[in-house]
Amino acid sequence: MKTMLKNKNTRTNLLTYLVVIVAFVVMQVLNSQGMLGSSMKGYLVPICVYISLAVSLNLLVGVCGELSLGHAGFMGIGAFSGIVIAALLKDTIANDALRLVCAMFGGGILAGFVGFVIGVPVLRLRGDYLAIVTLAFGEIMKNIVGNTYAGIDDTGFHMAVSTSKMKLEAGGKYIINGPLGATGVEKLASFTMGFLLVLFTLFVVLNLINSKEGRAIKAVRDNRIAAESVGINVTAFRMKAFVVSAFLAGMAGALFGLNYSSITATKFNFNTSINILVFVVLGGMGNILGSVISATLLYVLPEALRSLEDYRMILYAVVLIVVMLCTWSPKVKEVLSVVTDKASRIFKRKEAGTNE
Amino acid sequence: MNEYSRKMLKVPTYNLLREQDKDKLPVLDVRNLGIDFGGLTAVDGFNITIGPTEISGLIGPNGAGKTTIFNLLTSVYQPTRGSILINGIDTKGMTTHKVNKLGIARTFQNIRLFTDMTALDNVKVGMHNEIKCPFISSLLHLPPYYKAEKKANEKAMELLDFMGLADVADKKAGSLPYGVQRRLEIVRALATNPSIILLDEPAAGMNPSETTELMHQIRRIRDTFHIAIFLIEHDMNLVMNVCEAIAVVNYGRIIAKGTPEEIRQNPAVIEAYLGREEGNA
Repeated sequence: MKTMLKNKNTRTNLLTYLVVIVAFVVMQVLNSQGMLGSSMKGYLVPICVYISLAVSLNLLVGVCGELSLGHAGFMGIGAFSGIVIAALLKDTIANDALRLVCAMFGGGILAGFVGFVIGVPVLRLRGDYLAIVTLAFGEIMKNIVGNTYAGIDDTGFHMAVSTSKMKLEAGGKYIINGPLGATGVEKLASFTMGFLLVLFTLFVVLNLINSKEGRAIKAVRDNRIAAESVGINVTAFRMKAFVVSAFLAGMAGALFGLNYSSITATKFNFNTSINILVFVVLGGMGNILGSVISATLLYVLPEALRSLEDYRMILYAVVLIVVMLCTWSPKVKEVLSVVTDKASRIFKRKEAGTNE
Repeated sequence: MNEYSRKMLKVPTYNLLREQDKDKLPVLDVRNLGIDFGGLTAVDGFNITIGPTEISGLIGPNGAGKTTIFNLLTSVYQPTRGSILINGIDTKGMTTHKVNKLGIARTFQNIRLFTDMTALDNVKVGMHNEIKCPFISSLLHLPPYYKAEKKANEKAMELLDFMGLADVADKKAGSLPYGVQRRLEIVRALATNPSIILLDEPAAGMNPSETTELMHQIRRIRDTFHIAIFLIEHDMNLVMNVCEAIAVVNYGRIIAKGTPEEIRQNPAVIEAYLGREEGNA
């Protein structure tokens, strides 16, 4: 155990788990004391979802070094397939939590599968080209889901991509109603499940990073030619990272979808993809704990600023710019260190003064 | 008769093999290799046979095509003409990572380490295909993962120790001194269990004492792992001392082959390096 703790990686990983667990316990306690407002309660599940999305995107952007702008697409696939699965299993599985888990895994598997299919042609591209193609993929997914009709009646499950082909018998019920989205969704999601999802995501991503596959993925990022020269099949490993990332995004999407009574495909647009990317970049590329923290803060911030109405998004943008500068610009860092040095000196002098 | 031995009969071998390697299958057998980049012929008519435990050198003036030949051997480029047989298997159309699995590993002229990873992890990346651990146990860290990692760590440390790098195992590869990085690259190449290793200017940027040390290490690698070594080097002291056979290339063609003694006295080599003497021409 001691030798394990000496390893810097293991320590950082444990710290990440610890932060998440402590945050969960604190929120649970506050909740049980009735100290959380109803709006704050509403943020809990989305926060968990966005943490999972940021962590899984970080696997792609930070660890693998590939810019993907279509993460919301996978989230959308997960959300709608999760909703359908949850509705279909309604009579077979009575337990809500179990049904939610099935929906999440189903959403994840479908998103992972789509990731694989998309990955075959897309992963031949690199850098900017990959970014653009994933952007297009996200938009295509949004439109496909936005034109899908699914429903159940006495004869079973029906699915179509146009209203004319969609014929439900009397008494049948739409699960997804094209551009109107999914309505009348059972809200199965809970904060505990969100917490478990975050833990699962962290577990998978951190384990992957510290395995032979993770080393291969990092090697490809650091030096592609050298990685190939030691026998690493570059495309295969980018594919593995891509599919795992899509799978986790799908799971998070399913939880997200089952958190609202109605949801439309437009939710999973380019903006959402970019938001997730902002979480990753601000938290630090390849820094998993950074993604967790930045996803939490940046999700809460615009919600907390709601009272400012029109100025809300301006303030959000300003905060983003300031945080970026403070953490990444060497010049600003220099100025900041001078300021903090002076402040600490003044503070010490005062302390010395009081001692005399 | 297999395809390989048929080829052997057709083309006369350029015998550079050590006495003990004579009856064995050469680890590297290159026939009439050539590559054109557009209209430019970078390499042409390149033949070489390397025995399983031979140390051979490839020398030539700058721009002669030495690194291009290494890139052809490792399938970074696909040859326009000719064939490359590694342990008797034709590498035509194979990708770099597949060729590596046939038993060819290399280092680079401009060091290409994974700079953000520790020295130990660099070696473990080299052992990638040897670590047997299903993807699912990598994801969930099941018991096979720990078993495989432990084994990998032990072997990687052994290899690092072999090149005298055990004490830098936990340091980031990018932070290591130049000479150490060069040696770490050799360890990483060795970690792939090659039967031949290509060293592209292994002594570049090393001081004389480091170079001497490297000479011993190159011989020790051959004697310990029983593998062939093929190296490009400008340091004639190292080449002449370590190599048992040398090929000289200029303008993409072999101009001389032989033992160090023969090469030293070959007029074509002297001309390529020093130019023709006006009076004697």
